[in-house]
Amino acid sequence: MKEYKAVPMRDGYGNALLKLCAADPKVMVLDADVAKSTRTDWIKKEYPDHFLDMGISEQDMVGTASGMALGGLIPFCSTYGVFLAGRAWDQIRTTVCYNNLNVKLGGAHAGLSVGRDGATHQALEDVAIMRVLPNMTVVVPCDSLETEKATLAAAAYPGPVYLRFGREAVPVITDEDTEFEIGRARHVSGPELRNAGEIADAAIFANGPMVREAAIAAEKLAAEGITAAVYDLHTVKPLDEEALLAAAESAKVIVTAEEHQLAGGMGGAVSEFLSVRHPVLMRMIGVDDSFGESGSPDQLYDKYGLRAENIAAAARGALGR
Amino acid sequence: MTEERERLMAICRQVRSDIVSMIGKAGSGHPGGSLSATELVCGLYFGGILKYRPEDPEWEGRDRFILSKGHAGPLLYSVLARAGFYSPDEMQHLRELGSILQGHPHAERIPGFECSAGSLGQGLSVANGLAFAFRRTGHPGRVYCLMGDGELQEGSVWEAVMTAAQHHLDNVCALVDYNHVQLDDTVENIKALGDLCEKFTDFGWNAIEVDGHDVINVVEAYKIAEALKGAPTVIIANTVKGKGVSYMEGDPAWHGTAPNAEQLERALSDIAGGNGFEKYLEEDYDSEEEAPEGEVSPL
Ligand SMILES: Cc1ncc(C[n+]2csc(CCOP(=O)(O)OP(=O)(O)O)c2C)c(N)n1
Ligand SMILES: [Mg+2]
Repeated sequence: MKEYKAVPMRDGYGNALLKLCAADPKVMVLDADVAKSTRTDWIKKEYPDHFLDMGISEQDMVGTASGMALGGLIPFCSTYGVFLAGRAWDQIRTTVCYNNLNVKLGGAHAGLSVGRDGATHQALEDVAIMRVLPNMTVVVPCDSLETEKATLAAAAYPGPVYLRFGREAVPVITDEDTEFEIGRARHVSGPELRNAGEIADAAIFANGPMVREAAIAAEKLAAEGITAAVYDLHTVKPLDEEALLAAAESAKVIVTAEEHQLAGGMGGAVSEFLSVRHPVLMRMIGVDDSFGESGSPDQLYDKYGLRAENIAAAARGALGR
Repeated sequence: MTEERERLMAICRQVRSDIVSMIGKAGSGHPGGSLSATELVCGLYFGGILKYRPEDPEWEGRDRFILSKGHAGPLLYSVLARAGFYSPDEMQHLRELGSILQGHPHAERIPGFECSAGSLGQGLSVANGLAFAFRRTGHPGRVYCLMGDGELQEGSVWEAVMTAAQHHLDNVCALVDYNHVQLDDTVENIKALGDLCEKFTDFGWNAIEVDGHDVINVVEAYKIAEALKGAPTVIIANTVKGKGVSYMEGDPAWHGTAPNAEQLERALSDIAGGNGFEKYLEEDYDSEEEAPEGEVSPL
């Protein structure tokens, strides 16, 4: 297994914001008293006039950002995913999305990776409640470099965007040259099913830190003679329908993997689309209708079944192997 | 009174030691806001104010304590253990997989803990709801709710402030741990609270200001609050974040950082040596003459 350097994804968010502030006077960075955790304290230090710490007032932060967007600025609201998507949901729905405002939302410390802080801080529902909103774009990058690219892309992408990243340092599996485009699933390994004539036993769509687990799962499966195509489905909305249809046509089973509730997450989005457009055998990996709890991230990934082995087992099971 | 003060201060030292020890062992957690509210919560639980039965945590007749600033779980974890709700050994497992003592409190798991918390700005509404329930069922109990000063930046707190005043919920007693520090910086630098006493009284509350590290004054403030009828009361406790551990005091960096082994040792010796307590140990208090310093602003 190749060795990768581990970097927290929020570093990518901070790096992108530094670049954006250097280049564009319209960019504003807002935080709700967790600037040290989200890396927006880098902006506070380097570009204080681009930064506003709103205090422990998430709803006020999103409302203020909405006004800024109405005034032509490009605000990035930053706090933990639970409090951003959760606490300010109605502001995000009615003010940001109904007005289709150019407000960007950076949801940090999402998923189980918050570890010891426990269930109250582990956002496992944020993708569901963000993706259900009209006009919203939802992006879940897989490592710090992809987070940086996603953040830069979000600034240039019109309308509301929710970016989601975890707390722990995760292996940087992409490099500077890896392509990233909002709305386009990234081929990671195995057959590229979008090319005519390519087929696979399984197609695995993963996002966030689960992309690496999916790649490991595919290697395990390959050793058993099962071919798997792996995609980084970083954009949960709008879905890459072309990639999903190609996979549904060219693979016997589709497996999704995410650090989120099974209900309403990326797997749910894939299933909503394919069950109507191209029904195919599916398996979903995620948290099964449960809150998280305190523990090390590794213990939690084991306990909640978010491992390469769980993905591989799901593929095997569906294939009857 | 000197004896009572000694007794309560010894409990506070024990609780502070528990707080830094369990967070040190866990390797993560929030010491600052647990240490600043120690006298507030110890005065309530051990000063004869709060009615509870450790052997029967669900006892109908109990008063309720709602911890709104859930990150101060370790303070309650120690207080409940020392009050006898469960074994102090549980504190060895703070933040571990399967522990009853989660990073932020999960009430279902903890005997004596009333309401899960960790998302700021929600507790006072819950306290109001309990107060309504008490009123409707003829329950004579009181409801206490501890909030941070940074937490008061949540708009929902002020929604609840207005609810309690509107309905004259005089069985509600809000506690503000006014330690002037939140996560990123001081409260003054982020979003200042201005004259907090006046804010509450303008909203129709009684407000009592107290030295939040003088445990006897804290207990007296609870008694005054209980006697005030017709409106809810807030106790604004002037405190120091990280109180009792010299290197943590007033420093935002210790909001959510665990001490390492060496720092823990220094913390424990500060606490045992009574850093900040000498004042009370040396002075001789006369119980008859002692009056609370609290300033009462009537309706
Ligand atoms: C709704 C919400 N927003 C943000 C946080 C993250 N957070 C936890 S503690 C804290 C600072 C709290 O400051 P304060 O209320 O002054 O508490 P204390 O000083 O008593 O520790 C923040 C921002 C949270 N837990 N909940
Ligand atoms: Mg504070």
